[in-house]
Amino acid sequence: MKTSKKEYSRMVEKASPPSRLVKNCTWAFMTGGSICALGEWLYRFYMNMGFIISDARLMSSITLVGLSALFTGLGWYSRLAKRAGAGTLVPITGFANAVVSPAMEFRSEGLITGVGAKMFVIAGPVIVYGVLASVVYGLILFFVSPMGR
Amino acid sequence: MDYIAAFITGGLICVLGQILIDLTKMTPARILTAFVVSGVALSALGLWEPVVDFAGAGALVPIVGFGHTLAQGMKESVAKEGFIGIFTGGFTACAGGVRASLVFAFIAALLKKPNSRE
Amino acid sequence: MSRVITLKKPVAITTHSCVGGKKEGKGPLGDYFDMISDDDYFGQDTWEKAETEMLKRSFYTILKKRDIKPQAIQVALGGDLCDQITSTAFCYRDITIPFLGLYGACSAMAESMAIGACLVSGGIVDNALCSASSHFATAERQFRTPLDYGGKRTPTAQWTVTGAAHSLLEREGKGPFITRVMFGRIADLGVKDANNMGAAMAPAAALTLKEFFRETGEKPENYDAIYTGDLGMVGSVLLKELLQKEDIELTNHQDCGLIIFDRESQQVQAGASGCGCSGCVLSAHILPQMEQKKINRILFMATGALLSPTTTMQQESIPGIAHLVEIQTERN
Repeated sequence: MKTSKKEYSRMVEKASPPSRLVKNCTWAFMTGGSICALGEWLYRFYMNMGFIISDARLMSSITLVGLSALFTGLGWYSRLAKRAGAGTLVPITGFANAVVSPAMEFRSEGLITGVGAKMFVIAGPVIVYGVLASVVYGLILFFVSPMGR
Repeated sequence: MDYIAAFITGGLICVLGQILIDLTKMTPARILTAFVVSGVALSALGLWEPVVDFAGAGALVPIVGFGHTLAQGMKESVAKEGFIGIFTGGFTACAGGVRASLVFAFIAALLKKPNSRE
Repeated sequence: MSRVITLKKPVAITTHSCVGGKKEGKGPLGDYFDMISDDDYFGQDTWEKAETEMLKRSFYTILKKRDIKPQAIQVALGGDLCDQITSTAFCYRDITIPFLGLYGACSAMAESMAIGACLVSGGIVDNALCSASSHFATAERQFRTPLDYGGKRTPTAQWTVTGAAHSLLEREGKGPFITRVMFGRIADLGVKDANNMGAAMAPAAALTLKEFFRETGEKPENYDAIYTGDLGMVGSVLLKELLQKEDIELTNHQDCGLIIFDRESQQVQAGASGCGCSGCVLSAHILPQMEQKKINRILFMATGALLSPTTTMQQESIPGIAHLVEIQTERN
């Protein structure tokens, strides 16, 4: 073949259609914004019910997670995400979807080796690196910053 | 007004994610991981608390807020328990979201087969 | 030594069959499938069982069309995309006929037909049953993400066809006939993006075609159509560009990945892919046209991307392969 790898990678770049950035971002903005506004509404709802701030925040997160699980179970979440992109990926509902969908998918491989082992196959890195980052912060607080003591 | 702040802030964070997906070779899993770690860092530097004050759920519902919660939890537990707090803190603060996901995921797995896609 | 194998005695494709899923049924070829299942589970409880069931339905359809019993088949050749090609193996676990499992990813249909044609033409066996199958869900859960995971597909991504196809090769018959075959060499021009299979496979397609034309002295215009398996929109453009650099103007080119779905209305991004893609298009679209003598001389070349989820995670580039079968309505 007369085409080199380098040359071919340029050809691939040219032949591959770009993502429709403006359209994708509009969808992401509208969907992501709506989910956050719903979160705010839930927070207020739980505040009115007499929860303290931190508990109201937690309850609103749990409700969003539950709704996401419901949507995922009914097959609606992936349908929405097909258009919404990051709008359904970045909110906590996206995290829940990343936990619920493999749990459902790998049910056919059993409760232990399927559901149990594969549940965090997508969301695992978020927890691992989130926790590691917070431990680094904890070490800094303890050893470096006098504020921590 | 609070809803608008939440909507716009949350929406913009998602747009940032979308731009990363479309313009870089980053996979969604990498973007989420980067967002969480950024959340921890921004919170540690004291930069995220003002955003939470302004946007409420708009700053907490996106996965960056998960990082913020982790950092806040760490701060409290180190202040309270010292060195041991490094190991106990952080995760408790965000345990609700993770645990809820886990429980709902298990229930969904018991109830429903994966859906066909078109 | 020539790499193009000229069959001493052309081999007849006497019967063929194909079964598709719901989305395939709604596509432009929907009416030409032997069977469409509106239930992508095919009445089973796992996706893997569904794919095996789909293959079985295609198997029994071809037997019925040819009016023979399973025992009449001397050898079955075929492959799919599941780990260790279990979908095909499990199909022939229940229908116990001699079976050779092949893995060539999405090149399975051309690969099995090329080998089958050699066996039949050489007088080794009287007949060979070739198959290829893929299922959107088994491919998705193995190579990508769970079905219900909310991911946005990139514009270069291709949609795995839910489809199974068989073709029966025999020594005698009224055709169409396989006259020449060529086993492809692996080509890899460094594409790493598993969401851009067309780009990864186009070099292999170009390599096989280039060598075929050089060795046989044939030209693209000598054929009514040159079908590639599943290069999709991106791969098709690249194939033409790659051949242009070799001074070959590829006319009459059609890609099965752009035939089976309506790319715009069915939202399949760059087109279709999967072993079942070229297999079903061959059986539902190409061979019927040849039987009606609407087209008389074609090249059928299916392409495969020989990657695994592990090699993708290890940042390996994607090797491609393309096997070619020449089919004519006359033996000549």
